Amino acid sequence: MIELRKIWYYFTRYIDGFLLVGILTLMSVGLIILYSATGANISKVSHQVINISVALVVMWLVANIPLQQIRRLALPMYVTGLALLIGVTLFGEINNGARRWLDVGITKIQPSELMKIAIPLMMAWYFDKHEITLRLRDYVGATILLMLPVFLILKQPDLGTAILIAASGFYVLFLAGLPWRIIVGLGVAAASSFPFVWATMHDYQRQRIMTLLDPSQDPLGAGYHTIQSSIAIGSGGIIGKGWQNGTQTQLDFLPEQSTDFIFAVFSEEFGLVGNTLLLLLYLVIIGRCMIITANASTQFTRLIAGSITLTFFTYIFVNMGMVSGILPVVGVPLPLISYGGTSMVTMLLGFGILMSIQTHPKLIKT
Amino acid sequence: MKHKVELRNHSIELHKFRLRLTVSAGFVMIFFIILYARFYYLQITQQEHYHTLAEANRISILPLVPNRGLIYDRNGKALAQNYSAYALEIVPSKVPDIDATLDELGAIIEITPNDRQRFKKLMKESKRFKSLPIRNRLTDVEIASFATNRYRFPGIEIKARVFRQYPEKEMVSHVVGYISRINDQDLEQLELNGELNNYRGSHHIGKIGIEQSYEKQLHGITGFEEVETDAAGRSIRVLSRTPPVSGNNLILSLDLGLQEAAEKAFGDRRGALVALDPNNGEVLAFVSKPGYDNNLFIGGIDQENWNLLNNSIDRPLNNRALRGVYPPGSTFKPFMALAALELGKRTAEYSMSDPGYFSLPGVDRRYRDWKPGGHGRVNLHKSLVVSCDTYYYSLANDLGIDNIHSFIGQFGLGRKTGIDIEGEVSGLLPSSAWKMKQYKQKWYAGDTISVAIGQGYNLATPLQLAFATMVIANNGKAYLPRLIKQIQNSQTGDIEDVPAKLLYSVNLKPQNFEIVKNALVDVTRPGGTAAKAGINTAYTFAGKTGTSQVIGIKQGERYNEKSINERHRDHAMFIAYAPAENPKIALAVLVENTGTGGSTAAPIARQVFDYFLLGQFPEATIAQFTESVEDHAHEHL
Repeated sequence: MIELRKIWYYFTRYIDGFLLVGILTLMSVGLIILYSATGANISKVSHQVINISVALVVMWLVANIPLQQIRRLALPMYVTGLALLIGVTLFGEINNGARRWLDVGITKIQPSELMKIAIPLMMAWYFDKHEITLRLRDYVGATILLMLPVFLILKQPDLGTAILIAASGFYVLFLAGLPWRIIVGLGVAAASSFPFVWATMHDYQRQRIMTLLDPSQDPLGAGYHTIQSSIAIGSGGIIGKGWQNGTQTQLDFLPEQSTDFIFAVFSEEFGLVGNTLLLLLYLVIIGRCMIITANASTQFTRLIAGSITLTFFTYIFVNMGMVSGILPVVGVPLPLISYGGTSMVTMLLGFGILMSIQTHPKLIKT
Repeated sequence: MKHKVELRNHSIELHKFRLRLTVSAGFVMIFFIILYARFYYLQITQQEHYHTLAEANRISILPLVPNRGLIYDRNGKALAQNYSAYALEIVPSKVPDIDATLDELGAIIEITPNDRQRFKKLMKESKRFKSLPIRNRLTDVEIASFATNRYRFPGIEIKARVFRQYPEKEMVSHVVGYISRINDQDLEQLELNGELNNYRGSHHIGKIGIEQSYEKQLHGITGFEEVETDAAGRSIRVLSRTPPVSGNNLILSLDLGLQEAAEKAFGDRRGALVALDPNNGEVLAFVSKPGYDNNLFIGGIDQENWNLLNNSIDRPLNNRALRGVYPPGSTFKPFMALAALELGKRTAEYSMSDPGYFSLPGVDRRYRDWKPGGHGRVNLHKSLVVSCDTYYYSLANDLGIDNIHSFIGQFGLGRKTGIDIEGEVSGLLPSSAWKMKQYKQKWYAGDTISVAIGQGYNLATPLQLAFATMVIANNGKAYLPRLIKQIQNSQTGDIEDVPAKLLYSVNLKPQNFEIVKNALVDVTRPGGTAAKAGINTAYTFAGKTGTSQVIGIKQGERYNEKSINERHRDHAMFIAYAPAENPKIALAVLVENTGTGGSTAAPIARQVFDYFLLGQFPEATIAQFTESVEDHAHEHL
């Protein structure tokens, strides 16, 4: 009995129970909706169960590593990630018109996925080192660190990932105390540089933005996604059409219904009531993450935790925004719910770091 | 003092941080409220509107499946074609009790247990809303009797479908391959390649052979039809239409007549034959015996037929020409001879005395020649004509394995030729580095001796041997072997030639090619090992026989064909090209478990040449040849 208790203690000592319950609840919702979205395809659901299990193991492992150890990885991870991204630009495999994967012999990897963790780590590490003497040029340096990978990922082209990584880096800048006047200035600069950005965009990216303004312009092409997902959400009404009864979903009007557009399936079948509960669930998880962030003991851990939390939020907002037709269609999954292994692992790796920050002894109490 | 400053900084830092965090929490709330407002707008304010749209999403976009491209041989004979027929299809979600309905249906239209089994399997793999075939190719009578009973079977309909058919079945199944139903793995692959949209509505995809490797050409572009449907999903009228673009037709370099001639020459023996055009690498014949009826796979093969094919001792599903690896035996010798001349280890004039065996200096073990007592004095020419082993034992010892490896590698042995169907294997051309990597052992001089006569670690596919023969026949030009000759655009009807691709050239002294090639001509003349096959030809014909060992023979024992299990008997090999002075065809023949190359494999080559060069279709079957050469000396190690 005592032995069992001991094992249990060692197994759970670095796990944040509150966060874990929230995550597991979301994943269960995800599996239920995946079952419906795939037309009762058991093999796809079991595959997702495997993805989830792998991701949970990764989370557990990361949660058990103290942050001081992870901190040492910041620079090497960033440099490796950057080198791999350059590798992709030079020798990457072209798939679907984009160069995102790199074949490293044993397996194919997507270096931009590594960057999702490497960027917050690297930038938090950078600000932590310059903590005492934070000057304007430190922010400039950090911005350069951020823009290098973002630029390379934009070139692949992978707009969705580039936005997420840029956001995760911006959050570190913001939380580290980037002066307000600069933030406002950047906003103005971004708005005025729009014509230039427009000129460098790929045709399909421009088309997505045009389609957002008027989906009916291109009902069979890029607008098809937005039109069909809006119909799915809208026709769900207050209580939804019921599990496995969404006509948009089951009659295959919805595109990519198990991955990026799974939220439309959820919305159609569970209605506004379901959406409310789902938003609340996400909000509870974000709230817990914010508490962990606020209680973190060092500038490094605070910045990491804050960036991970806000990036998690960004995933949710961008995905739901694009599915409900207020943002252009960029490839961003709904965290913890969309089908797919890579994003699941990246996401839980982030939660592992948060748990490690919360549960490992804090060196300085403030 | 310094310490104090840091502490102060720290708490300011923390204060500032928490302020920023609060601001971001505010932003999170604002953005969630925006999302919520959007959901409220869509699901409450506009619910009516979207509900109507969803209901009227009876305007469904139906994919229009393109017709798959056809496959022809070089003379326009059909190898894969399409035909329209009626199929009986069921939408499982509309049928509450499948089994009872099938029983009822069975009273009107014949439904075999195999049909049922296949349908159940399909049901498990597909969405409930998909229309799935229970019976294909309905007869007129069946259509009529279902039509009168249609009201009894909601959810079951007769649909016009296009079916694939392979008229030549076994004869070209290893080249053409087959299409079969798209499975989960195919879907994943399509998704990865971004081709999923183009397969909306497609049920089949190329799985193997030309059907697989040219899938992109054959499939075509899916069209779309905007259709208004009633509440039950039946279409009322077509609103707009983007027609599909049919797949392109493929014209293969394969000569069906030649294929048939080769097939006939094989009789019921197992084996493979690959014939190439030495002037451009086109594959003229590509035989792997036995073949299988590729039509069986199109609709999903039933268990019974699958077991029959998969468990057959003759392994009909195994593409021997592409994936079968065999020791090349004495067909390896011409390449050894070229190495000897080119690397200066032998001259054409040099001769040695063959006592019937070879021993490494200071070692007792004797490597025997196939002919007891030996061949007497042997020079390079004679060594090829009579296929003297001893000559090559001693030559190999002088060359060393790594010279052999790098020189003969130029002829394409030990690596894939790059032919345009998938699944090719690379065979094995051993080297000392390979052995170290594979077995963590150093290379022994004795290993080289058996390599010299194409045994030991040596392994090659019939396709590789044909490739190597082509490179000799055309004096060093390594063309990419390819089955595709032309592509016909389905829209314009224009036929575009697929150009020959010269991979590289093997630059040897012309006189060295000549010395070896002269000897290869004499192989098919009186005194040569393929003399019988070369009798009374209207053209000059060059070749080399070989025997590929299936089981090892112990030191001091003799191979006795009659005492050995048929499946353990040696394989017969023959590589050849003709006409010798201006080669139009180069080939490799392998006949499994029939003994020597001269007696069984060479006659097949002869018949193939007779057809190709003279237009004579083979009449004598291989059995007659074998009888007439009973007395032929057994060529062996």
